[in-house]
Amino acid sequence: MGYKSDTIAAISTAMTTSGIGIVRMSGEEAFSIIDRIYRGKKEKKLSSEKSHTIHYGYIVDEEAEIDEVLVLLMRGPHSYTGEDTVEIDCHGGVYVTKKILETVIKYGARPAEPGEFSKRAFLNGRMDLSQAEAVIDVINSKNEYALKSSVEQLKGAVKKKIDVIRNDIIYHTAFIETALDDPEHIEIDGYGKKLKVVVDENLLRIKQLLDTADDGRVMREGIKTVIVGKPNAGKSSLMNVLVGEERAIVTDIAGTTRDVLEENIQLQGISLNIMDTAGIRQAEDLVEKIGVDKAKLNAGQADLIIYVVDASLPLDENDYEIIEMIKDKNAIILLNKTDLSTVITKQMLKTKIEKPMIEISAKEETGIHELENTLKDMFYHGNVSFNDQVYITNIRHKTALKAAYESLMKVNDSIENQMPEDFFTIDLMDAYEALGSITGETIGEDLVNEIFSKFCMGK
Amino acid sequence: MKYSANSAWVNNDKYDVVIVGAGHAGCEAALACARLGLSTIIFTVSIESIAMMPCNPNIGGSSKGHLVREIDALGGEMGKNIDKTFIQSKMLNKSKGPAVHSLRAQADKENYSRQMRRTLEKQDNLEIRQGEIVNILTEENKVTGVQTYSGAVYHCKAVVLCTGTYLKARCIYGDVSMNTGPNGLQAANYLTDCLKELGISMYRFKTGTPARIDRRSVDFSKMEEQFGDERVVPFSFSTNPEDVQIDQVSCWLTYTNEHTHEIIKNNLDRSPLFSGMIEGTGPRYCPSIEDKVVKFADKNRHQVFIEPEGLETNEMYIGGMSSSLPEDVQYAMYRTVPGLEHVKIVRNAYAIEYDCIDARQLHPTLEFKNIKGLFSGGQFNGSSGYEEAAAQGLIAGINAAMEIMGKEQIILDRSQAYIGVLIDDLVTKESHEPYRMMTSRAEYRLLLRQDNADQRLTKIGYEIGLISEERYHALLEKEQIIQEEIERLEHTNMGTGEEVQNILERAGSTPLTSGTTLAELIRRPELSYELLESVDYQRRPLSDEIKEQININIKYEGYIKRQLKQVEQFKKLETRRIPENMDYDKVPSLRIEAVQKLKQYRPVSIGQASRISGVSPADISVLLVYMGQK
Repeated sequence: MGYKSDTIAAISTAMTTSGIGIVRMSGEEAFSIIDRIYRGKKEKKLSSEKSHTIHYGYIVDEEAEIDEVLVLLMRGPHSYTGEDTVEIDCHGGVYVTKKILETVIKYGARPAEPGEFSKRAFLNGRMDLSQAEAVIDVINSKNEYALKSSVEQLKGAVKKKIDVIRNDIIYHTAFIETALDDPEHIEIDGYGKKLKVVVDENLLRIKQLLDTADDGRVMREGIKTVIVGKPNAGKSSLMNVLVGEERAIVTDIAGTTRDVLEENIQLQGISLNIMDTAGIRQAEDLVEKIGVDKAKLNAGQADLIIYVVDASLPLDENDYEIIEMIKDKNAIILLNKTDLSTVITKQMLKTKIEKPMIEISAKEETGIHELENTLKDMFYHGNVSFNDQVYITNIRHKTALKAAYESLMKVNDSIENQMPEDFFTIDLMDAYEALGSITGETIGEDLVNEIFSKFCMGK
Repeated sequence: MKYSANSAWVNNDKYDVVIVGAGHAGCEAALACARLGLSTIIFTVSIESIAMMPCNPNIGGSSKGHLVREIDALGGEMGKNIDKTFIQSKMLNKSKGPAVHSLRAQADKENYSRQMRRTLEKQDNLEIRQGEIVNILTEENKVTGVQTYSGAVYHCKAVVLCTGTYLKARCIYGDVSMNTGPNGLQAANYLTDCLKELGISMYRFKTGTPARIDRRSVDFSKMEEQFGDERVVPFSFSTNPEDVQIDQVSCWLTYTNEHTHEIIKNNLDRSPLFSGMIEGTGPRYCPSIEDKVVKFADKNRHQVFIEPEGLETNEMYIGGMSSSLPEDVQYAMYRTVPGLEHVKIVRNAYAIEYDCIDARQLHPTLEFKNIKGLFSGGQFNGSSGYEEAAAQGLIAGINAAMEIMGKEQIILDRSQAYIGVLIDDLVTKESHEPYRMMTSRAEYRLLLRQDNADQRLTKIGYEIGLISEERYHALLEKEQIIQEEIERLEHTNMGTGEEVQNILERAGSTPLTSGTTLAELIRRPELSYELLESVDYQRRPLSDEIKEQININIKYEGYIKRQLKQVEQFKKLETRRIPENMDYDKVPSLRIEAVQKLKQYRPVSIGQASRISGVSPADISVLLVYMGQK
């Protein structure tokens, strides 16, 4: 028997544009959820169909049709997890698959924790003992990644915004709680009106965060692609060509780019998070050195590296350092500046490193099409992919934002219904907790600490 | 000389349980054990100090009132004793939701202490003995007895330590320091060393109390009078409400001012807290007046409550102005407060330092993890407050008895009682100050109301053996009446008759366009069960207590259901017990920090493990998978 029987959902295929995508749900409510979002030819509900059958139809969210799908039904205990399980095979594609996952979550499932399907399978006795340790490892490694990605990939600004909301919530909660604890010192009659202003303001803030989340901007989704090269190789020019605007400052001065610039672009249906970095060399001034270190760090975490070689100059020690660095990584090498007279050829480079190579001129925008095709090939052949945990984490964040939003709406309901002030804090704390799950913070002693640090208790 | 116990004399009388200390925790522990039929002896350094209230003269207050109700529902004594001895009573937060209604009574301190002593004296199986315990005797990590200062040995099967603030106690104000317990009573200076030898790690905590003043020197015309409630609600579910409708005395409200604060600021260098003479950690919720003036410098006044200490004394308590400043500064600052211009001090304010334990060494049953048969409760466990102490004393006493009788010990969880929250926090979380109960510490406080403590806990009290058959059946009957009445209200349809519309209009409620149930009407914020009485013709006469239950259950049904659902989720982890002999080193992939913490705490359930700081959700998953293999 599992310790949690709520219904979990996840995308169980790789997040690419090709083939089919599978969204899987497991738990007590899997069947009732699919009943509400599936429309087939027959009137009959899927929950009354036999186990281990396949059904053709559509996933719908009320009136809106999301995709044409095949639905597989497996009743527990005869399923991978041992629980009622529903698999939705859809038309692949990042957008559609994600949309379906969001729909099942909207109707009551929650995003699965890393390794949770396997964990349930094990706990429900569907896996033999020898597999247990593997499950533990999966839980550990995936958790580590999810934690890292969720905190790292949160844009600083988003974390700041969430912190502002959380600080507001905890302050007002603490005030109400202090008054309740010490009613003879602090009066809070009629506090609802004041609180409503605060709640409305924070609802708006969360709404704005949710809107940007819908654009996929809470977290950076896509193949993490890092442009590296020695100074003045033309990395920023390439970035600008790919992004299609003057995003990076381009000069003839080596070392112009000092920080990491990041943009999301779509190349033939593939989402790339493309990062321009400082040129790699033994930098002397401190700012540039920090830039170089960041470049190396990002290259280390990249799903794909685009190495820009200045073909008009001979290779130097900086190039050799980069070649060493990208040896075991997914990389494309661009021989740039074909508009000038070149001294480096593909043949020369091939003796040093085996990677796809393309001759380009970022300045005259030649060879770009070839680059796009190469990228596409690598992606569809599965050479390059990105960790789908990022998507999952993003969906988890969105779910958390929505939960916080709903909790604050409940506070407003309570205010409107003239509920006593102590009811407000129940939902305020729920919102606080939901937001904390995004930034990786738990409640702990926050409330008690806030009470003692901000308000003077009597006695 | 350590103590005079060089030649041990063994008292051959047979005792099951020894209680060390007769404060609020000790009294509950002793009564519980004796009432359960165990031969019990309670030691105190002074018989006169049984159930003494050395600080504020109240029982109850926010969340503490809940604790008293719960103690009562389980068969404890505190509620009954305050019902016999209160001189003013108030239900706090009456304009707020039922979850935060809290009873608080002013006690006649001397009478409170005397009545509790009488109850102990009249209790079968219970002996009261004056004497200081200096040694806990053990064999193979199991308690075998205690030894007194005079050398006498008392053998027993279990010991409950309720030493309060007496261990190596030191009272301080200004540069005056005395090695005494509260109120100048003798401190217990030897037990700490014995406990350390047993491998128990100790903390040093600090708390404080304001001065007591002579009523005749107070000018009440400059203060606001604070009355008790017109209709008093008793603490104990077994007290007849009519018995507590007494003549009450008043308390008085006045304020500090900038002059007061100036005197304090000018003398801060003479405070033992600021000079470093006090090393113990003080509570943040109960700051001294000098703490408040420093920390909340922007506040130009603080409230001061002048409260009587009893009917037959002139002493009054200065609530809100505890201090450890020197005597001359105390006079000066108190005399800046309106009404206290000519005040005469009877007893100085002081800070007190004492030894207590890191309660993480305890099981949630309040038994030491390393010493079988050794239990502890009260301020000794790092809490503060009479009510927190009594609650732990009761649980420690019950579990000592259960262990001796070979029955299952009780652990109340966070969804069952404030007592559960209190003990879970104490034994699970690291704390650097005396712990005080607060309603905000309870996640499910809408369920843990003071008004339903009997429905939550009396069945448990009955099963333990502390609640009489009669009282238990009265509860069952009450529950049935509540249920039937709610059922009736849910199914009684109100037409749109004139009388109904009139009532709605008077209450400022929207008139009905079609019929609806009485329950639906009660859910409207401006209406209540009481208000609809005149149009509810089939209603039978019910007690105030029952009417309240009906009203709350219907009115807040939505919120209550939500919390019940959360509790369901919570219980799943709470009921996953971790085997006592769990070898965390053998769990593959568990992080080192988690292994260390889990080995140190040895949590009883997955739920408790998840609340230990340093144990992550991933660690919990790993544990679950590992436990699944077994």
